[in-house]
Amino acid sequence: MSSVASVHSLWTAAAGAPGKIPGPHIEYAQLSPTLIVLGAAVLGIMIEAFVPRRSRYYSQLLLSLVALAAAFAAVIGLAAAGFGSSKAHVAAMGAVAVDGPALFLQGTILLVSLIAVFTFAERRLDPAAHGKHVDSFAAQPAAVPGGAAEQAAVKAGFTTTEVFPILLFAVGGMLIFPAANDLLTLFVALEVFSLPLYILCALARRQRLLSQESALKYFLLGAFSSAFLLFGVALLYGYAGTVTYAGIAEVVSDGAKQIDPALAGTMSNDALLLIGGALVLMGLLFKVGAVPFHMWTPDVYQGAPTPVTGFMAAATKVAAFGALLRVLYVVLPGMRWDWRPVMWGVAIITMLGGAIVAITQTDIKRLLAYSSIAHAGFILAGVIATSKDGVSSVLFYLGAYSFVTLGAFAVVTLVRDAGGEATQLSKWAGLGRRSPLVAAVFAVFLLAFAGIPLTSGFAGKFAVFKAAAQSGAGWLVVVGVISSAIAAFFYIRVIVLMFFNEPKAEGPTVAVPSPLTSTAIAIGVTATLVLGLAPQYFLDLAGHAGVFVR
Amino acid sequence: MENLIALLVAAPLVGAALLLCGGKRLDRTGHWIGTLFAAASFAVGVALFADMLGRSADHRALHQHLFSWIPVGGFRADVAFQLDQLSMTFVLLITGVGSLIHVYSIGYMEHDERRRRFFGYLNLFLAAMLLLVLADNYLLLYVGWEGVGLASYLLIGFWQHKPSAATAAKKAFLVNRVGDMGLSIAIMLMFTTFGTFAFGPVLASTGATSEGKLTAIGLMLLLAACGKSAQVPLQSWLGDAMEGPTPVSALIHAATMVTAGVYLITRSGAIFNAAPDAQTAVVAVGAVTLLFGAIVGCAKDDIKKALAGSTMSQIGYMILAAGLGPIGYAFAIMHLVTHGFFKAGLFLGAGSVMHGMNDEVDMRRYGGLRKYMPITFITFGLGYLAIIGFPGLSGFFSKDKIIEAAFAKGGTEGWILGGAALLGAAITAFYMTRVMLMTFFGEERWRNAPTPSPDRPSAEPAAGTGGEYTPPHPHESPKVMTLPMVVLAIGSVFAGGLFSLNEAFVKWLEPVTSFAHGHSPVSATTVTAATTVVLFLGVGVAWLMYGRRPVPSLAPRGSLLTRAARRDLLQDDFNHIVFVRGGGHLTTTLVQLDHTLVDGAVNGTAASMGGLSGLLRQLQSGFVRSYAVQMLGGAAVLVAATLLMRGV
Repeated sequence: MSSVASVHSLWTAAAGAPGKIPGPHIEYAQLSPTLIVLGAAVLGIMIEAFVPRRSRYYSQLLLSLVALAAAFAAVIGLAAAGFGSSKAHVAAMGAVAVDGPALFLQGTILLVSLIAVFTFAERRLDPAAHGKHVDSFAAQPAAVPGGAAEQAAVKAGFTTTEVFPILLFAVGGMLIFPAANDLLTLFVALEVFSLPLYILCALARRQRLLSQESALKYFLLGAFSSAFLLFGVALLYGYAGTVTYAGIAEVVSDGAKQIDPALAGTMSNDALLLIGGALVLMGLLFKVGAVPFHMWTPDVYQGAPTPVTGFMAAATKVAAFGALLRVLYVVLPGMRWDWRPVMWGVAIITMLGGAIVAITQTDIKRLLAYSSIAHAGFILAGVIATSKDGVSSVLFYLGAYSFVTLGAFAVVTLVRDAGGEATQLSKWAGLGRRSPLVAAVFAVFLLAFAGIPLTSGFAGKFAVFKAAAQSGAGWLVVVGVISSAIAAFFYIRVIVLMFFNEPKAEGPTVAVPSPLTSTAIAIGVTATLVLGLAPQYFLDLAGHAGVFVR
Repeated sequence: MENLIALLVAAPLVGAALLLCGGKRLDRTGHWIGTLFAAASFAVGVALFADMLGRSADHRALHQHLFSWIPVGGFRADVAFQLDQLSMTFVLLITGVGSLIHVYSIGYMEHDERRRRFFGYLNLFLAAMLLLVLADNYLLLYVGWEGVGLASYLLIGFWQHKPSAATAAKKAFLVNRVGDMGLSIAIMLMFTTFGTFAFGPVLASTGATSEGKLTAIGLMLLLAACGKSAQVPLQSWLGDAMEGPTPVSALIHAATMVTAGVYLITRSGAIFNAAPDAQTAVVAVGAVTLLFGAIVGCAKDDIKKALAGSTMSQIGYMILAAGLGPIGYAFAIMHLVTHGFFKAGLFLGAGSVMHGMNDEVDMRRYGGLRKYMPITFITFGLGYLAIIGFPGLSGFFSKDKIIEAAFAKGGTEGWILGGAALLGAAITAFYMTRVMLMTFFGEERWRNAPTPSPDRPSAEPAAGTGGEYTPPHPHESPKVMTLPMVVLAIGSVFAGGLFSLNEAFVKWLEPVTSFAHGHSPVSATTVTAATTVVLFLGVGVAWLMYGRRPVPSLAPRGSLLTRAARRDLLQDDFNHIVFVRGGGHLTTTLVQLDHTLVDGAVNGTAASMGGLSGLLRQLQSGFVRSYAVQMLGGAAVLVAATLLMRGV
């Protein structure tokens, strides 16, 4: 009876003041980076619909570059206006945070995406089909692999220029993900960037079955993990009676001030909080590729078109770690004594697992996939620090790592034989003799992955380990250093393979790329060396951006 | 005036640089350039000496600070010189004898095509040795110490085409390294103890330091001295060092470098005075070595090796004296200077003999040479009389004082040391008379073809002689060689007497080394008488054995002691068994440990990681269903672990 009455009172309260529902107040200027990207994505779909086929490539390329550059400029503008520090606040009715970490990560994602667009647009590597330059993407993805329709599409010289708007949609989601300030926005953003990625994974021009298999695996497992995340969101709502980060944090630390009568039976039940929190974490750990939720990584990295792999490995990781940081630092700081030991365990098995399994890999893309798992473990060590240094070290590491990753995968697209990219490691033997420059560049990236001084990898690793050690996680750092030693083995093995082994007679050749890929690789190398030689400016930048708004 | 000090070192250094970098165009004039720079250094030394004499005893020390070498925080190493009476004595000895030997070498090395390089090395040696004695701190001294080691190595192995010379150079270098390690440890100890290694502060603050630390520093300094001065147990290199050209043996391995150990101990007197245990070790080393060297000298048939044994023995005297403390320092240095004269003279004489005998060194192949080389005979003879301590000559004054001081040590120790020193004097007289008799007297054994024997591979007839033995034509050496010998002979005769006039030398050194009169249980006259008696005893026995009886041109088998002495009292055998084989075993064991344990652990880790990797890889089956199950399991563990943490 009482519950009926309370429901009734809700109804009457809602109906009692018609016309008084306040219109949502949206700070468009502060959301402009996301809005520009998403708007450009919609525009890109329009181009697909209305612009003639031969002009689509250039219009899409131009639109994507302009949109990403404009969005980056907007991020810089917001940061310059003080939204990264003094004016940080929560915009869009509490849904999106505009603060230092958000702007830093959005800037990183936009730069990475800009470079990714270069690799997406590369059209010189694959031999021209019927006189037309083609890129890494299938002529007509909907056609059955090897079927007549596919052959016709190839013959007609079709290309999938839709990849650009799809990419922009993914970027839009990624921009919101680390800034999301309530669990529903978090979930929506997750789906907004995940779905385009599933599609992109399926679009490889060569080895299409492998590509489609990887997309399907990614989709199934992604959906599975989304379900966990959503379930976690529901449990947290059940616990706190709200989905906003600040609201949940308040309940966690102080207990609710006024318990909603309708939820009196469940609110402030610790089990809900713990299970819900664990499930939300699991959803995020899936995206960063932490053990034991990493199984998709090698398969998807291998099957996806290499430019997509590079983009995914760099940008997704940035976005997902950003969201993870915000959840742990804003929502759950009150229960850090509960989640820290668990995350310790996750970080340890992620570092060790990634490094150990990578030893026996024979495919360069799978090797890099396991390497990205190990790196996720290193970054987790910084996340666990729960200090301002921890946040800034993770921000720096993400920036440094994403450029190395993009560059490395861009180099992988260059090494080719008759079957397309030659990703078998054994084929890379003696590459340093044939193409010293390409091999040297790749060696720089590998050394950065391994964390050798004078590369950005060292500066980043040093920063996260320092933060972790200062927060009392000494043993975690020891495990991290051991894992780094194990990881150094397989990175350096590739260098040895390239420079100190005899080239094989039927070995792959190195394709001469257009200025697009060259630029991407050059930016990757430059960033790797600059962040390695003079990291202090960027460490300071990350340090200034290290405070979350609540 | 103090600005001239650096010039002492700079002159030979410039000479060395010129000669070693100048290339072939200096081949014709190189020996004159080298001699000129040595003589220039001597001239500067004499000028400084004259200046020093003009000042009162307490104001004679000069300092010159060139530059700060390594200023790091509280650590300060300077390149600075200190010229006091002790350094002055060495400067005059080194540059004086050094210049004479440069002159001698012009003749001796005349036919050597690498003469320019030889003079370059000699100049390098002079520079390093002067740096050693002029340094005002232990670190700079160490630089000179290593420098003379290098020069010694280069000159011993100067005839590197002979494997024996190359080996001897390496041996000298390695044995010296052991001593050098002692010096470097001593310097480190000084730094940790005193916070500096400049002579002034270190030697002034010994009173405030624990005796244990001073004993440690003293023992390390003694180790260094043993290496450089060929004292037991690091004596083994000196005999082999005679492979070098004879002027080198005279300058470096008799007169100057080998006395660096005596300098080091005398210079560090304040440390030893405060560490009686270290002093006891010093006198023990000195006493043992003076007998050891003398016994070895008795058995050698190679004239240079006999003289090398004698050098070892005489330095033993000096070390013994230096170990006696203030009653001995001045006499150690005095004997060092007189020894510099007569031993250099003896070596130059030996070189002159070899020069006239086709480089023959076996005294059993000499005999009756006094007729053929009269100047060599007379100068060598005067050196001989000086070394055995014939009354009135240099050696008599200096050695007699050491024996006296040894008795004055007091107690049983004094009797043992005095007895050893007296016994050494007798043996010295014996072996030096033996050398003299075998070389210049008796039958002319070199006229007959050598008897072939397994020990004498040189008995093979020289190539080109058609198998016929052509006896050498002994002749006197050119003036450029005899002149230095004459000058050194004059020094051998008069230096000791001059120094002892009115205790001039002791008073000269007293401000630096301090001096105390010992209280000998036996009177000075008794000691002098005893010394003279044992001297004639030694000469007499030698005359009975080698003067009255003909000397066999092939060495007899001899007693056990003789055979052992010929093998340098088995020092090399000992080193070989203990250090070479022991070291070999140690390294083999370590290598095996490295292979099995270290490599095993490393490779084992790598292999197990690889195995683990292969195992974990199997989890990656490629099936989405199994991935999903693993994710589910992972989620369950995550949730469970979180709940568990709450429970804890």
